[in-house]
Amino acid sequence: MLQTPVNLTPKDYKSEVKPTWCPGCGDFGVLNAAYRGLANLKLSTDQTVVVSGIGCSSRFPHFIKTFGFHSVHGRALPVAQGLKMARPDLTVVAVGGDGDFFSIGAGHLVHAALRNIDITVVVMDNETYGLTKGQTSPTSPHGHVTKSTPYGQMASSFNPIATALTLNVSFVARGYSAKPKELAVLIEQGITHRGFSFIHALSPCPTFYNTFDAWDASVTPIPSDHDASDSLKALALAMNTEKQYMGIFYQVDRPTMDQAAQELSQRSHEFDIDKYMSRYA
Amino acid sequence: MNEITIRIGGESGEGTISGGDLIALGAARWGYHVYTFRTFPAEILGGPCMFQVRLGDQPIKSMGDYPDVLVCLNKEAYDRNISDLRHGGVLVYDPADFTPDAGDFIAYAIPFNELARKEVQLFQTKNMIVIGAISALFGPPLEALVQVVESKLSRSRKANPVLMEKNMLALEIAMKYVTQQLYKRDPFKLGPVEKADRVVLNGNQAVVAGALAAKCGFFAGYPITPASDIMEGLAKELPQVGGTFMQAEDEIAALASVLGASFGGVRSMTATSGPGFSLMTELIGYASMAELPAVIVDAQRAGPSTGMPTKMEQSDLSFALNASHGDTPRMIIAPANVADCYSLIITAFNMAERYQMPVIFLTDQSLTARVESVDRSAFKPMEIEERVKIESNGASVNGATQAAHSYSRYAYTESGISPISAPGPGAMAYVATGLEHDEYGHPDYEPEDHMAMMEKRFRKLDTAAEELPKPQRYGDADATIGIIGWGSTEGTIQEAVDRARANGYKVASLHPKILSPLPNRTIRDFIRSVKKVIVPECNYTGQLANLLGAKYGLQAIRVNKFGGIPFTAGEILRAIEEVS
Repeated sequence: MLQTPVNLTPKDYKSEVKPTWCPGCGDFGVLNAAYRGLANLKLSTDQTVVVSGIGCSSRFPHFIKTFGFHSVHGRALPVAQGLKMARPDLTVVAVGGDGDFFSIGAGHLVHAALRNIDITVVVMDNETYGLTKGQTSPTSPHGHVTKSTPYGQMASSFNPIATALTLNVSFVARGYSAKPKELAVLIEQGITHRGFSFIHALSPCPTFYNTFDAWDASVTPIPSDHDASDSLKALALAMNTEKQYMGIFYQVDRPTMDQAAQELSQRSHEFDIDKYMSRYA
Repeated sequence: MNEITIRIGGESGEGTISGGDLIALGAARWGYHVYTFRTFPAEILGGPCMFQVRLGDQPIKSMGDYPDVLVCLNKEAYDRNISDLRHGGVLVYDPADFTPDAGDFIAYAIPFNELARKEVQLFQTKNMIVIGAISALFGPPLEALVQVVESKLSRSRKANPVLMEKNMLALEIAMKYVTQQLYKRDPFKLGPVEKADRVVLNGNQAVVAGALAAKCGFFAGYPITPASDIMEGLAKELPQVGGTFMQAEDEIAALASVLGASFGGVRSMTATSGPGFSLMTELIGYASMAELPAVIVDAQRAGPSTGMPTKMEQSDLSFALNASHGDTPRMIIAPANVADCYSLIITAFNMAERYQMPVIFLTDQSLTARVESVDRSAFKPMEIEERVKIESNGASVNGATQAAHSYSRYAYTESGISPISAPGPGAMAYVATGLEHDEYGHPDYEPEDHMAMMEKRFRKLDTAAEELPKPQRYGDADATIGIIGWGSTEGTIQEAVDRARANGYKVASLHPKILSPLPNRTIRDFIRSVKKVIVPECNYTGQLANLLGAKYGLQAIRVNKFGGIPFTAGEILRAIEEVS
């Protein structure tokens, strides 16, 4: 992560492309938190890449002045990991929605956790599919009635924090778009953490599933005496369905694959085809 | 001609292939040209397999029509292969396994099993007995085998002096048995040959060497037959030259990671086979739309679906041409031989970088496993072409160097190629996107902009068609019969052309190796120059013939083989004779 010596303000990260989101969309709060977080870390826009998939929230990179990679549905994580492995000098942040990370791209989450490559993922969870106009999502509650679940959601609902914890993700946190200051701090901490950082950002969809009031009532800061190195206690907080705890659930320092790969190639040498082909002579 | 074709048939897992490899390697190091062909079942142990090697003192272009020598290690191998043995050929077998029927061949009975068990007292040396007997009867000289066995065994993890001694003993016992107990009454024996500076390797190994020479900096892949060797090779070699390797969780992730790395300015590649290639298609469209360089090796195997994973087929051409939705420019290269696997994968990287496009590299199962002896001079450093980069202007924000946001990443140019940037100090930032976009990369659905961008992306193919080398005609200038082929069949087709011309036919062939963009003028001129065009392909539907029909109105004479085994030169020669 390269830092510049002067003060950058959140607006220095704002691009000229206007967000396409509906008025009141939770993603505005997440975007503002991201501007603030990047500015606080003084990240160079030329050495930061924001990667996304497809969905309302995945338009994010277009609105930020850094490099951006608006990829295909569900694949932000493998794109971000390939980029970080090839260019460990860059700051890489993956963003997107609950559909991207918990449905079509859910498989990639497992392997990102195992590799612990030093990237940060911010999942904007609105518990619905906004871009396709309101179908059910993996995080929609059981019984949820939508156009694709006219008789109510028959599956149970995905628990992002509990899943991340059981995958041994090395940084697990939750924030809320209506509290952008706190979310900005989590984004800063996630980027600063060395390893795979998972930030669950509650971000309501006022158009198709307005959860602002419900979440205003249910979000609660993680108790100040919580020990973030204790994964079982973190899991107990994550399994609490009454409250939605905000803050850092768990953080641990463990080896990252990008650093291991870098160490390997420190012993590298210039390729010489003549020398190489001797093995076949 | 100083040449011989030997086939060994046996059970997978009992050393048939490794024994054959040793003969090929020994002969090649001694100075012979070699060309191998093998079949194996998908299982690791068990199931019939065969290894065929053609050896000679002149360059060899195909696997050979019929074996001169057939070595059968069990009854099933005999039943499956005896009808392929040439008239007057030689059968070598163990009388304990079976008794052959009478036929137009010379039979030598050698008790392989008993010699290994009783004389060497180590049954695992049976394949040494077999290759020792082959060497004594037909060549190459035993010294050639001894050298190879010594160097292979000393490098093996199982290396120990006792095993080495037993293997050498087995070779000697086989030699002694043949000279003392058999009366050689066949004409097949390799003559002396001059030493030459050659390397011996297969197609996958050449792809790995080429990727390294092309300065590939990142590889991600998922294991699949018959492409896994490429992944394993680069997993070992890339870190040694400063590159990065990653085993992906699936082929979608593999190509996604490759595109991420490519976005970072690093030359990147993945390798797969049909089923994995199918999974990659959405991202092929993305790479084409966002104009990101990527090299994708598709080592074709027999389809559809899981098909026959260990069998050869040239049946992914239509798919490679069209994989992904929408109108999607991409480039396709099909190497013909082991040397091509090296030089053309470097071309693939250069094309991907120059034209900012996915390049699909279509090898096939037979080429991945085909061992050829190649003049060492074919493996030389080649020119490395880099992507056209935008000058960084290091825009300043509050006194700090920051990216100038939204430079004209997709600028309209005459060639269609727009200068690209990659993240780094002072770089010009942009957002890569699969959405239609304006010059700045901003989402844009205006009809005229979509049309202009579509034309710009496709214009790169026109530019490439002008810039890239054209295929050379092979054979008669005044040919009446033309053959157009693609991929691993080139040598076989050329051998058939040679043989037909020796028989008085006027024949020529054309073998385009870049299949997208096609060299239109060269192909039209070739078609016009002959009366009839044969298109031989190892697939059911005639995928190149369909393409040539659609593009040039060619009514080709289609010759299709789709049993999972490549053509022989004799089969193509027969097609030439039939249309004449």
